[in-house]
Amino acid sequence: MTMALKETGYDRYVAEFETLEKRQFAGQPEWTQKLRKDAIARFVDLGFPTIRQEDWRFTNVAPIARTDYSLNPDVNGFDPASLARYRYADCVQLVVSNGQIATEMSDLSGLPEGVTVCSLMEALERFPEKVEAYLGRFARFDEHPFVALNTALHRDGVFVHVPRGVIVERPINIVLTVSPSGDERYAVFPRNLFIAEENSQVTVVEQFISTGKGSYLTSPVTEVVVEDNAVVDHYKLQRESVDASHIATFQIQLGRSSNFSSHSISWGGGLVRNDVNAVLDGEGSEATLNGLYMVEGNQLVDNHMRVDHVAAHCDSHELYKGILDGHSRSVFNGRIYVHPGAQKTDAKQTNRNLLLSHDALCNSNPQLEIFADDVKCTHGSTIGQLDELAIFYLRSRGIGEEAARSLLTYAFAADIVERIKVDQVRLDLEEFLFRRLPKGDIVRQAV
Amino acid sequence: MSLLEIKNLHAKVEDMEILKGVNLTVNAGEVHAIMGPNGSGKSTLAQVMAGKEEYAVTEGEIFYKGQDLVEMAPEERAREGVFMAFQYPVEIPGVSNVYFLKAALNAIRTHRGEDEMDAMDFLTYVREKMGLVKMDEGLLNRPVNDGFSGGEKKRNEIFHMAVLDPVLAILDETDSGLDIDALKIVANGVNSLRDENRAFVVITHYQRLLNYIVPDYVHVLMDGKIVRSGGKELAMELEDKGYSWLEEQVQAGEPATV
Repeated sequence: MTMALKETGYDRYVAEFETLEKRQFAGQPEWTQKLRKDAIARFVDLGFPTIRQEDWRFTNVAPIARTDYSLNPDVNGFDPASLARYRYADCVQLVVSNGQIATEMSDLSGLPEGVTVCSLMEALERFPEKVEAYLGRFARFDEHPFVALNTALHRDGVFVHVPRGVIVERPINIVLTVSPSGDERYAVFPRNLFIAEENSQVTVVEQFISTGKGSYLTSPVTEVVVEDNAVVDHYKLQRESVDASHIATFQIQLGRSSNFSSHSISWGGGLVRNDVNAVLDGEGSEATLNGLYMVEGNQLVDNHMRVDHVAAHCDSHELYKGILDGHSRSVFNGRIYVHPGAQKTDAKQTNRNLLLSHDALCNSNPQLEIFADDVKCTHGSTIGQLDELAIFYLRSRGIGEEAARSLLTYAFAADIVERIKVDQVRLDLEEFLFRRLPKGDIVRQAV
Repeated sequence: MSLLEIKNLHAKVEDMEILKGVNLTVNAGEVHAIMGPNGSGKSTLAQVMAGKEEYAVTEGEIFYKGQDLVEMAPEERAREGVFMAFQYPVEIPGVSNVYFLKAALNAIRTHRGEDEMDAMDFLTYVREKMGLVKMDEGLLNRPVNDGFSGGEKKRNEIFHMAVLDPVLAILDETDSGLDIDALKIVANGVNSLRDENRAFVVITHYQRLLNYIVPDYVHVLMDGKIVRSGGKELAMELEDKGYSWLEEQVQAGEPATV
């Protein structure tokens, strides 16, 4: 097998995999070892995507493919104080550093009895059957090369399990950080699995940050299982340094009458790709997928959404808004797939973009594929600039031009900001906007 | 020195000359009405005074408190006490009516060298001004003009005016589209702000508003020029005889002032 793999040009990944397999994965259950092996083989078959592939047309990962990454680095020293501002009051806190749990910086107090929040590797030992039932079942490593890499190479991540009927009041705040080290280029593959059993409820926040300077790749996969009648709210804040590349897959499986909401906020990273896949597999389930991206300079943010309406009577709502400045680029690809039998589907998708500069570029591509005949599907996509008349109106009341522009930019983002139910996250985002926007102190006063 | 002096003002938009030599002098304490048929340049005159950039002044001057108004940015004019109530107030979703107004007032106060108003004082102040235009408190916390009815938008303009306390207020067809009750509320709001230090330029298509806001002077604008000026009785005459009466007189070369 090894020889055959080596001929394809991804020998370095295979060789690294084999080293890690011996060093790190050897003690793990047989099924995960097989999963890893299958995944690395699949990665070698698939190879890194190229811009000739429809799903990667506007996002060129050739620089990533060319880079000689050091895979799965150890946790290295950084000042825990630098994480202070990412800790949210009244939340359960977890820190994942270079793909591994930093226990000393985590705080799990306040969790109801029966709820498990631990490292995925610990869960593998303590609850092997629960992990086996879900890990790698939904995120398609056979289709997506980065999911394949993550499935093969993930070292650790966060496991959240909420048993039947339990309501977790405190949001679980997971801070995932990478600390680059000098010239060495790290690639880390955090793997998270969140399971909300029947009638349970939980809120999870994932913050991706960088500690220190330097270029690296983080390629997380998060699988969320929302069982019957469960409610899961998820927030993702992409706030890494612009030297970071971030290629993430977020996979959600929804059971009967379940409710899932996601708010994906992206302002960091040089190249950011989010694949968000929601499968509405149980009747009467509802998924809300909202997002806000605000990029400048040479940043690229690519949100690839796919919503599968498998069961009948399900609703999905997607609202993604983008603010682009400088030479930044954005991609929004929203596919809604209504399977045969998914009658009474109500699917709505909206992507709105605000261009603040003449050099920013955005691609917005909605795709509907409908194989049922009694459904409601709508999509809309806009790309525009600030309303000059509104700017004049504000100025005619005494607001300076720069402040007027900032105020209207803030207002564009406001309907996403207002939908964020976790106060700590919303305040954090507001604060970011006030700092990022010119004359933010006036915006702060005026909204 | 007059508060506002417009001398031989020419202005164009997209290469089309709309104002063709307007002369107008307004002193503190006065209310001037500017009437005229559609397309005569009334709104252009208002927009030029407020500083809309699409309108280019090609000739002539506007002096406000002795300063060259044309050279000032819209926000500088506002901070110096010029206010324009828009004919079509702009809806701004996502920007709170009241907080935005607080920022605007504080920008003006800072410019005047006054302290910024804090949230408590501002709220007291705003409540008092709301009474002037019988504004529903609910409209305070809504986004600026967003989903407001036509009447609510016009009242909101007068409310903004009351809060920002201008020296020169320009009302651009604030009466258009209002029912009689809303018209009275708007007019009462304006009348309560009349004093010896403040001047109003009331632009209207219809004489009806001038029954409630009684002007000191009435000017008729036609084809970019003021063709006739007079007292409030000029408005009555126009109401009776229509603009065509005046058009014929102007063509016959009758003098501009009665």
